[in-house]
Amino acid sequence: MLKDADRIFTNLYGLESPFLEGAKKRGDWDGTKKILELGREKIVDDVKASGLRGRGGAGFSTGMKWSFMPKEIGERPHYLVINADEGEPGTCKDREIMRHDPHKLVEGALIASFAIGAHAAYCYVRGEFYRETEALQRAVDEAYEAGLIGDNACGSGYKFDFYIHRGMGAYICGEESALIESLEGKKGQPRLKPPFPANVGLYGCPTTVNNVESIAVVPEIMRRGHEWFAGLGKPNNTGTKLFIISGHVNNPCAVEEEMGIPLKELIDKHCGGVRGGWDNLKAIIPGGASVPLLVKEQCETVTMDFDALREMRSGLGTAAVMVMDQSTDVIRAITRLSAFYKHESCGQCTPCREGTGWMWRMMERICEGRASVDEIDMLEEVTRQIEGHTICALGDAAAWPIQGLIRAFRPEMEARLGAKPAATEAA
Amino acid sequence: MVKLTIDDTEYEVDAGLTVLQACEQAGIEIPRFCYHERLSIAGNCRMCLVDMERSPKPVASCAMPVGEGMVIHTNTPEVQKMRKGVMEFLLINHPLDCPICDQGGECDLQDQAMAFGSDLSRYQENKRAVKDKDFGPLIKTIMTRCIHCTRCVRFATEIAGVPELGATGRGENTEIGTYVQKALSSELSGNMIDLCPVGALTNGPYAFHARSWELKKTESVDVMDAMGANIRVDARGPEVMRVLPRLNEDVNEEWISDKTRFACDGLVKQRLDRPYVRKDGKLQPASWKEAFDAIAAAAKGLTGDAMAAIAGDLADCEAMTALKDLMGSLGSPNIDCRQDGAKLDASVRASYLFNSTIAGIDQADAILLVGCNPRVEAPVLNARIRRRAFVNGVPVALIGPATDLTYDYTHLGDGLDVLAKLPGALAKTMKSADKAMIIVGQSALAREDGAAVLALARKVAEETGCIDPAKNWNGFNVLNTAAARVGGLDLGFVPGEGGKDVPEILDATAKGDIKFVYLLGADEIDMTRLGHAFVVYQGHHGDAGAHRADVILPGAAYTEKNATYVNTEGRVQLGRLAVYPPGDAREDWTIIRALSDAMGHKLPFDNLRQVRARMIELNANFLNVDQAVSAPWKPFGTDGTISDAPLTPYFDNFYMTNPISRASETMARCTDIFVRGPQGKTGTDG
Repeated sequence: MLKDADRIFTNLYGLESPFLEGAKKRGDWDGTKKILELGREKIVDDVKASGLRGRGGAGFSTGMKWSFMPKEIGERPHYLVINADEGEPGTCKDREIMRHDPHKLVEGALIASFAIGAHAAYCYVRGEFYRETEALQRAVDEAYEAGLIGDNACGSGYKFDFYIHRGMGAYICGEESALIESLEGKKGQPRLKPPFPANVGLYGCPTTVNNVESIAVVPEIMRRGHEWFAGLGKPNNTGTKLFIISGHVNNPCAVEEEMGIPLKELIDKHCGGVRGGWDNLKAIIPGGASVPLLVKEQCETVTMDFDALREMRSGLGTAAVMVMDQSTDVIRAITRLSAFYKHESCGQCTPCREGTGWMWRMMERICEGRASVDEIDMLEEVTRQIEGHTICALGDAAAWPIQGLIRAFRPEMEARLGAKPAATEAA
Repeated sequence: MVKLTIDDTEYEVDAGLTVLQACEQAGIEIPRFCYHERLSIAGNCRMCLVDMERSPKPVASCAMPVGEGMVIHTNTPEVQKMRKGVMEFLLINHPLDCPICDQGGECDLQDQAMAFGSDLSRYQENKRAVKDKDFGPLIKTIMTRCIHCTRCVRFATEIAGVPELGATGRGENTEIGTYVQKALSSELSGNMIDLCPVGALTNGPYAFHARSWELKKTESVDVMDAMGANIRVDARGPEVMRVLPRLNEDVNEEWISDKTRFACDGLVKQRLDRPYVRKDGKLQPASWKEAFDAIAAAAKGLTGDAMAAIAGDLADCEAMTALKDLMGSLGSPNIDCRQDGAKLDASVRASYLFNSTIAGIDQADAILLVGCNPRVEAPVLNARIRRRAFVNGVPVALIGPATDLTYDYTHLGDGLDVLAKLPGALAKTMKSADKAMIIVGQSALAREDGAAVLALARKVAEETGCIDPAKNWNGFNVLNTAAARVGGLDLGFVPGEGGKDVPEILDATAKGDIKFVYLLGADEIDMTRLGHAFVVYQGHHGDAGAHRADVILPGAAYTEKNATYVNTEGRVQLGRLAVYPPGDAREDWTIIRALSDAMGHKLPFDNLRQVRARMIELNANFLNVDQAVSAPWKPFGTDGTISDAPLTPYFDNFYMTNPISRASETMARCTDIFVRGPQGKTGTDG
């Protein structure tokens, strides 16, 4: 279990003031100028050495991403874009940061921007996060007033501006290139890659897009040293992470923990256990709606990190743990997720546009027992036809939960369909 | 050059190509819907997925640039399975109403479903239905068939320059449409019909008229403007059903204007299908002999000075050759092919050509438009200027009435005084440009001071470095508007020694000095000024000329004859007979040949080859079929004072500029919507 001294988000629960005075008490903005004086390369190297992997879900090394930005700033300015369009069902970690510890984000944005040579950071906040935007805006205003950012950020002579942009609540705008499109004022649809944002991003300029949490932990890594961060967690899965546990636990919560904590320990220690005891557990979605679920046997041993979950054919995603006990109709639950992806598909490319609706309709029928057993195979095949064939990862995200369901609960699905064979004929 | 392996064979291709283009060069067909070589890359149909080694996912070949050492597989079972999968997704919500779809038989979706799809559908749910959109009178929409390839959206935005189309909604509720219900205000909108890979956008007036496999296809040339767009005329029996573009990179690429495409329904309306002779003040049907006799009688005893001939905008070179020779043998020098009175100088070929050639626009790096509105006078040419201005950022300036050209330009004013004294900044831009271009329109030349304007334009072109023999560049361009104009000038269908041009002919007829006028399809002159002259009208439509005529000789329209046209850049092109002329109507040169016999001045040619030999005798350029031969630069124009009258638009209605388009119902509907008045109020107008 994470020691209190190692916590980064010490005001996760909003017990203290989220604003400048409180933030400074917690150590934010301490020696930022000195960090900047280390120079671009040193910061990138340190973040690389810390082993920080992107907290948005894909788990790509943050320092590596920064190093893709052009070393020299050419005619086109560089930009940092912060992805605060937290829309993954079950996830609410960035929200906690923005409303209770916004200065960590602003400070992190300054350091990250400096590291990639950007003089402006755009924070794209999910439209529904109204109060969070207010808190963040207040923090930004405070930082400007205190000279922490602006023309001479922290007295370093570096010019840095922080802009907040509110989205309109489309899930797809959390995809980095769709986010950039939306930020540019266009329809939020993912772009083709290549070119990658590090080459052609916001307004055609080199851009790095990072998750809120990835940015917010950077100041602390720089202050305490990358060795400290790398010493937490497991190799290749270092540091601390915000976990959000929801669903059928006694005490749903958001909590900062070490990477690689066993899932069972996470639930038992912080959430008071599964409702009705561990044996009442049916399945857990370990990383937000788009990763395949785990059955109870898997949950007993798995640790919460990118690689261990990948081995279980699931993923850490955003570390939004959704717990389902035996009272759950797991088919219904996944059907609801299918409806979500059908609703949030941008409609640009064929497999996702047509496939998400098809999958959802099949899931609805399977859920209600109005399908034949053969259709489970067909459904599986349709998910394979979508997976990997789309422009962005939404197609994959829509396919994986269903694949996970079929893998883990096929007998239950067959039982439901077998119970009403006549209905199939009628349909 | 980049080396890559496609299907186990190594190829070397240019860097910067996409994988799809590389495959095409290697002769491997990759199915696609959204990709189109003239549009930006969307990569959204996912039909062109191929396997790339060392890539975790298959890649969209249309969007993936080639890289050194790439290994691509296009024919593995996995790739075939992917295509089958994408095809299935495209078809699940497609209505599969091919038997009642006009695209049937020439549909990309149909063809590719046959080649790459499955033989049965596994989709059991209800299919999606989409409400049809009203895109105006030209394009019929059946949006349920749409596969969201966005080719139409990209065409409208990128090539036509009217960003009026887009996708609304998301996911499976995505719909292509105009955001606010309105007709597409582009002169090129018809090309979306060709671009649409399915039957979502189809030819409105042609709807349910014919199936593509019933049509006889004839490759021909368009006469609706002076560009000479290459077209294919699709006919069934005696009727032209539709007109489609034909690829010619140097002229129209693969686009045609809406007038070219949709005016063909005018070919069956208001036709002159038999000779008429005016008796007792009324036009009466007559036989060819009666008509010829009446003409011979009227011409009898008249000297050449009392006769005149005017060729109209659609006249073909063969007919003009015959008429020129006939008038010559009658001793009349009063012939002219410039019925708008444009002061083009027939003696210097460079003075009336689009010298840089149309494709030359792609090289121009500064463009000055003088008295022309290319969007209306040659929409396809305008699309080229737009590409140059919009994509390459080439500066464009306009002298003439301000209008929406679909790209940004500097408006220098309405009067020609600006041309005499170009603003310093513009002159500097032109001079420093590598290949500067000046495009002079007919509204600057069809004025009394036209010859002086021409001389001034030449001077400006020379001073601003538009003429650069060292670079083999001649940027002095005249944008003609009539398909017959350059051909007529090449043939010398202009006043002979002491002859009168069109304004002088009209003055003379009004005074009664000229007593016999032969109109070869000339409808755009002021008929009231023909006075009491005896008027012979030879043409194909009952338009202004036929109403005034004393004798009507029914000729053939451009789809009904093998005829030669010369486009504005001097390119000699052959139109071909797609259908026969209606009733008693005949190919035009044969009429004049027969008339010459009746008048006792028999012309010395009996077949098309002999006429064409005579054309070559008149101007050797007619040997160079399909080529635009450059003309030597010589002085032309007449110095003089230029009036300060502002330039006016040459056409007030793009959709009705000649007898065919004036007879077209479709063009009338377009006129109603786009020219006559504002479109009906939409819901957001309150």
